Amino acid sequence: MEPAIEIVGVTKRFRRHTEPNKSIKERLLYFRKNEVKEFDALHDIDLEVAQGETIGLLGHNGSGKSTLLKCIAGTIRPTSGEIRVRGRMAAMLELGAGFHPDLTGRENVFLNGSILGFSREHVTRIFDEIVAFAELEEFIDQQVKYYSSGMYARLGFAVAVNLEPDVLLVDEVLAVGDENFQRKCLERVRRFQTEGRTIVLVTHSPDQVIQLCDRALVLDHGHSLHVGDTAEAVRVFRHALHASSGSTDPVLAEAAAAAAGGALRIAGATATADDGSDTVHPGDGVTIELRYVAADLVPSARARIVITTHDGVQMLNASTFDLLGHDLEALDGTGSVRFRIDQLPFLDGSYRVGLVLQDPSETFQYDQDLEACTFDVFSGRPIIGRVELDIEVEHSTGQRTP
Amino acid sequence: MTAATPERHEPSARRSHYEVRENRTVAPGFLQRGRRIWEYRELLGSLTRRELKIKYKDSILGFLWTLLNPLLYLVVFSIVFAVLLRTDVPLYGVFLLSGLLAWTMFSTGTTGATISITGNGPLVQKVWFPREILPLSAIGAALINFFFQFVVLVIALVVFQRAPAWEYLPLLIPALAVTVLWSAALGIVLSAVNVHYRDVQHFLELVFLAWFWLTPIVYQFDLVGDLLAERGITDRLAMLNPMIPVVTTFQRVIYNPTHEIGTQAAANFDFLLGRSGMWYLENLAISGAMAAVVLVIGVKIFGKLEADLGEEL
Repeated sequence: MEPAIEIVGVTKRFRRHTEPNKSIKERLLYFRKNEVKEFDALHDIDLEVAQGETIGLLGHNGSGKSTLLKCIAGTIRPTSGEIRVRGRMAAMLELGAGFHPDLTGRENVFLNGSILGFSREHVTRIFDEIVAFAELEEFIDQQVKYYSSGMYARLGFAVAVNLEPDVLLVDEVLAVGDENFQRKCLERVRRFQTEGRTIVLVTHSPDQVIQLCDRALVLDHGHSLHVGDTAEAVRVFRHALHASSGSTDPVLAEAAAAAAGGALRIAGATATADDGSDTVHPGDGVTIELRYVAADLVPSARARIVITTHDGVQMLNASTFDLLGHDLEALDGTGSVRFRIDQLPFLDGSYRVGLVLQDPSETFQYDQDLEACTFDVFSGRPIIGRVELDIEVEHSTGQRTP
Repeated sequence: MTAATPERHEPSARRSHYEVRENRTVAPGFLQRGRRIWEYRELLGSLTRRELKIKYKDSILGFLWTLLNPLLYLVVFSIVFAVLLRTDVPLYGVFLLSGLLAWTMFSTGTTGATISITGNGPLVQKVWFPREILPLSAIGAALINFFFQFVVLVIALVVFQRAPAWEYLPLLIPALAVTVLWSAALGIVLSAVNVHYRDVQHFLELVFLAWFWLTPIVYQFDLVGDLLAERGITDRLAMLNPMIPVVTTFQRVIYNPTHEIGTQAAANFDFLLGRSGMWYLENLAISGAMAAVVLVIGVKIFGKLEADLGEEL
């Protein structure tokens, strides 16, 4: 089967004006002062998305993920390379982008339908479905300027998904409306998937990628860091995020450079259950040990522990400062930091432990290992969830109201 | 949950052709653009309707306003010119409207087209469709307004019992076509340039003010023709203003100065009366050809500017 989306060597170069001058006069006046810097918002991106696949575009702000989505949608043209999309496409780049406040909900549904390239006849056929999905039966003949933002977003989402496009582009819009509607949106996205439609999802939420996507593309400063497995993608993404959080302050940058030179390194880590194995049973505790090597005396530092589930949900993210109220002091030679968790309250699953050594201002990392060690929790009970709760169940019966 | 598994979606089976949309470095050619606009004609219709609907939304008289505008011109200018200025053009209001309605379509269409992309920023940033649809829908709205206003003019003809020049009537079709063509030629390119330089929309206001007075709408073409003839210059020179063929054709057909033959007022229309249908047609053809050239160049420029519209807005 032919791929739904083919992206071949796409580069998008933008000219960044130091200050956007919008009139000819200003441009003439500031012609020389106005330096034009070129930068690649996307650099040589290749991606193939199979039909029926859900792919996540993951990246932090400014990574180029939205630019790539716009290129796929066609609202901007790449500087080089090409993109082919097979089938009807609907872009949910912003819910209700095509709505006009002065028109009624009904008029807007038809207008939005034709903007997305669907015929009036097609929209007429599914009109009732759209209105029902958006739960706006009573308000559909009101001008949308009287809608709340939630109603607005609901109608926009309802139009985009009910048109049943072959390819759906979604840009961080799944977080609209109340919880009830969000669940409905997610259900609809899942139905889309079972129907074999293709979805491109732009997000900076690793959880969403793990939950919804088959594969993911990680972007960083316009470069493709990783294409493929989602768990790996989330790891790469987190790594890129930590790397890019480095400071531009020259003094700190120097310290960071020293850190990169190996002033303080993670030498190893272990997670050990009370019985000495790496499988924790209910009621048992677990000890996580971080061993470090400091080449010179480091006056103060922080160790951070991050425990995540196999599907990327953070169960814990805490630094030694958070836990102790002060930083680790005088790190020299080899040493270790032990985190001891009594009676681990997690339910069954395998857990990843990430460890980070950072300076007290948390502006740079000395070293990090996002999968320093792992441990499993096994109870053998069929309870599903994340944490062990102390639940009492009471049942009373035999009473009748007179 | 229901037991039935959802039907597997087969895009290629549902549609006769499996649409492939491409986004390449190179802008699509002129003909390909034409084909795309044709595919999106329904959107063109919807956006044109939207333009018309929004204009008079929340007003009690609504569409009647469109009709009141030419009616007011008819009354006010008849009074001012016929009574106060004592013009020797009989039924001055009808004469004015004959040329003015076509001009209004041209100027409002072009102005509307110019601000159509900047005015639809969110839409252009978020959704793809052939961008030319936006300026074209503004021109479409102007065209429809023209037809409604034309009704007022027709009613005036009936009231004043003044027949148009039936034998010249078919000339109105090329005249309308040339007007739309010029609006499209200018409107498409200006709509994209206006995104980069907002000066365009302000500059255009001035241009249209000057252009209006350089076109024989308030006055008769004879005044220009005489001026040129005195200096021994051919009246073809005046046709460099591409709106003159349109306006003079409308005046010849609708106002129909043949009614004045045998009266003193006929002297005002020597030029228009002295020319054959072919003369009008030729002028329209030249104007149309110029518009076509501008359109091709304009679309080429539009294609270049279009690449970053989603970012520049």
